[in-house]
This record gives sequence, C-alpha cells and structure tokens, in this order.
Amino acid sequence: MIDVNDTGPAAGWETGEALELLRSEFPGGILREERFRGQTTIVVPRERALEMLAYLRDTEGCAFDFLTDVTAVHWPAREKPFEVVWHLYSFPRNVRLRVKVELGADEEAPSVVELWPAAGWLERECYDMFGVRFDGHPDLRRILMPADFAGWPLRKEFPLKC
Amino acid sequence: MSEPLELQGADRDEGTVVLNMGPSHPSTHGVLRLVLDVDGEVVTRCRADIGFLHRGFEKIAENKTWTQFITWTDRMDYLAPVSNNVAWALAVEKLLGIEVPERARVLRVLLCEMARVSAHLLWLGTHALDLGAATVFFYTFQQREILYDLYERLTGARFTTSTVRIGGMARDIPEGWLDDVRAFADQVTKVIDECDRLLTRNRIWLGRTQDVGIISREDAIAWGCTGPVLRGSGVEWDVRRAQPYLDYDQYDFEVPVGTVGDVYDRYLVRMEEMRQSVRIIRQAIERMPDGPLNADAPKVVLPPKEKVLTSMEALIHHFVIVTEGFHPPEGEVYHAIEAPKGELGFYIVSDGGPSAYRCRIRPAAFVNLQVIEKIAVGQMIPDVVGIIGSLDPVMGEVDR
Repeated sequence: MIDVNDTGPAAGWETGEALELLRSEFPGGILREERFRGQTTIVVPRERALEMLAYLRDTEGCAFDFLTDVTAVHWPAREKPFEVVWHLYSFPRNVRLRVKVELGADEEAPSVVELWPAAGWLERECYDMFGVRFDGHPDLRRILMPADFAGWPLRKEFPLKC
Repeated sequence: MSEPLELQGADRDEGTVVLNMGPSHPSTHGVLRLVLDVDGEVVTRCRADIGFLHRGFEKIAENKTWTQFITWTDRMDYLAPVSNNVAWALAVEKLLGIEVPERARVLRVLLCEMARVSAHLLWLGTHALDLGAATVFFYTFQQREILYDLYERLTGARFTTSTVRIGGMARDIPEGWLDDVRAFADQVTKVIDECDRLLTRNRIWLGRTQDVGIISREDAIAWGCTGPVLRGSGVEWDVRRAQPYLDYDQYDFEVPVGTVGDVYDRYLVRMEEMRQSVRIIRQAIERMPDGPLNADAPKVVLPPKEKVLTSMEALIHHFVIVTEGFHPPEGEVYHAIEAPKGELGFYIVSDGGPSAYRCRIRPAAFVNLQVIEKIAVGQMIPDVVGIIGSLDPVMGEVDR
C-alpha cells in the first residue's frame, strides 16, 4: 500500500524525527511503515504497542500529547483479522500519526486509558462494535448498544439487517 | 452483566440517592441519559448512558456508495448538516486525490460558516433556556428560521441539506441568494449583541455559569476535547488554523480562547465564534468567484445532463457513476474539519470498491461528552444542566 506517487508527507503529517527516535528506542519495533496521500501509518507489534505509544506521548521530538481517535477494522480473510488503529496528534509540533496493531481473533489490545483518558469511551465503542478487548481498561462494557445485546455489529459477518 | 446501570457499582452509603436524568428530559439536549449519584444536592458520581440514537451509520456506510452516504451525514450533527456533508466530501476527495475548484471551495466555506452560526444559535437558545433565560431562545430560533429559508432556496431542504457532492456541489447558487445571505449576516450580529446584553453581564447568568464545570487545560487535552470545549480551557487550537482546508488560511478571522475553562468561558467562546463566522461569511461572499462548481473528474462527477443525451462518453460516464459508483484507489485517509462541535473527522479505509470498506466517524461531540463523568462530580444538580449545555452534545453525532 506504499504510494508509488509519494510526493512526501501531507501538510500536518510531517512526522520529522519522531519515527527516527522511535526506531532507535525500539529496534525492530516498526513492522511496517506506509504512506498514502501523504499520511503516515506505522504498524507495531501488539506486545510493544503500549510502551511505544507512551514513548510517542512523552518524548520531546514526538510529543503526541493528544489522542484523536481509537478504532478498529475487521479483515476476516486475514490471519490476524483485527486492526486497532490509533490516531495521534501533537499540539506542540502540529503533526498527526496513525499507529496500528494487528490482532488475532482472541487477542487483546492494550488499553491506553492511563496515557490518554479520552480512550475510555473510544475503547468501549471498539469493544461494543467489534468485540475487541482492551487489556487494562477499567470499565470495558458496551456503550452504544444495549447492555444485553448479543453480537458484534461492525464485524463483517454481522448482517446489515436482521 | 445485564444489571441496570443505576444498580451497578457499589458502595453506596446511606445518604446517596441515585437519580436518573433522561433520556427523555428537557435539558439533556436530546436522548442523553445521566445516572447521577447524589448526596443531597451534590453529585458524587455521574455516569452517562448513551446510544439511544445509535442508528449504525458506520455499518451503513459499508453498504452504500460514496455518494449515497452523503444523506446519512446530514443526520449526524443535525444542527449543522452542511458541515458534516463537507467533512465527508473532503475526506473522500482526499482519498481520490481530487480538489474541487475555487467556486466550490468558497461556497463550502460559506455554507460551513452559516452552519456554525446556525448550530451556535441553537446552542445559545437552548443553553439559555435551560438556565432560565427563555427570551434568548426565541430570538435565536427566529434567526435560525432565516437560515433555514436560505438553505431551502439553495438545496431544496431546510435541514437535511445533502448539498455537497464528491467533487463539487449538487447545485449552484440561485439568483439573489448571496444578497440575502449578506442581509442575514448584517442583521444577525444585532441579535447576537442583544443576547450578549441580556446574558454576559447578567448577575444570574454569571452566578449560574462562572466557576461551574471547570475543565483544566491539561484535562481538556488528555480527555480529547476539541472545539469550543478545548478553546474555553485556554488551548488556542482550531483545525481551520492548524491544518487548513478549503483555503481557510486565506480568510481573516480570530479564534477566541478562554482562560478558566468554566461554563461561562465556553459561552463566551461560542458567542465570539458566531461573530467571527459572520466575518468569514462576508469575506466568502466578496470572494465568490465565477467558474466551474465541480472538479474536472469525469469518472467521479456526473456530467451535465445536456451532454448525457448528446455525447456518448458522457452517457457512459453517467451510466457507470449512477449504477455502480466510482472506485477510489485502495488506501486509507483521515481528514478532519473544524465542525461547530469540534474536530469532526472521517477515517476511511478503501478496498478499491464502490463503497467504504470501513468508515470511521471521529465524533467530536462523543469525545467532548465523556468529560462530563469527571467534571459533574462535586457540582450541584442544577449545575449539571449548565454543564451539559456548555459541552453542547448533539446525540446524532454522539451516537451515530
């Protein structure tokens, strides 16, 4: 998915030295780096994601102090069918970054509630819609669907209409 | 697991009462349910129960073409439907790698700022009404009627506008419309000033809003707040300034910022935003260039109807776009705008098909509302009403 017409980072996505710093602190930690329409995505291993995200938040030169969004994508044909996607933003550097992990069917994603409280409801919605669990979330329960609802609506096998 | 929310969690001492607020309540601004643990008049715990207006938009987006989904975007933040239309179109256009011509960009800015004024007028009217100032409600709603008339003349609908298309706009400006928008801009400032005179230095208003629901600067950032909620807490950040789209860097406007982060500051920020939006509206009217309204992208934008019946190429394009839709490349983008509620973003994953593989709506109002579970604690029940108003949740966007 590397953009063959890559003309460089889009405005607001110039990660600059952040990825270099991340690479040197976590050798082998960036499994894949992709760029499309100037936006940068990095894929990191599930086991290291929490510490890498903490590094991105706390290190000068990265300074991703704002969590824009947490969500998931379901790819049923893949061996690891779930992607959990974090969109980060840095106020001091005015830069966005997309970070992903790939999860097997029963694997849990790390909760980032301790890093950014904003993740509280965002992770609950991922759980509600996809059934993806977040290890360390203090109150992981449904948020939009009724509490006794059965099924994970945004999974591909869940029908649009019943 | 299916124990009702009000019974969940605990250690309640004898003085605590569990109060259910909503979802059917005049002051919750839609179908919001708050379960409040109260000790006398003071809230000791606040939990929100949302999802009453959840309609499954993200699932629906996977089953509609890129153009068909525009009608669903109207129904997210339904106080500013055009804003959502524009946000979606910009995200899809980013995916496609196309840019609309200048006339469409200026028209979209004009409509977005009119939507901002419309949303903030409604916020002001309902917020003031909740806190007892009923007169303001009537003044602001009367102004919104004028806006609704303007929208209806342009788009055919007062409210569910769906006026944006991928690659341009659905229809061009009717005769005399711009003059009437200018006339609206000239007189709405007088009404904002009148509301300002009624509230801003009013002892009761100050008593109800100052030092209520304070969100510190650090909390606002940590809890993901955006828009007036973030700016009220002193963070000078606006997507239009930080990551401009639609040539916003060429317009002259201020971004108002608060200091304390209380309900009063968020009120002041939104009041000033309305005035700044009027400034932008005037500039957009002056700027409106002639020229095409739609991008030159024959595989995306429908050809003019006259051509369809005379040109073979146009006929084929029309047929394919209508029956099958267009196919963006495989890839993913995130694009956000400064909607009236805050940062409204779309994260779209495309697999090269005629609809989104995954359409994630980054809902400003949803993230902003979360902070109420923190700031309502320690406040009195009537303050909760003020806090809800100041966070300005629109359940259409919160629940989708």
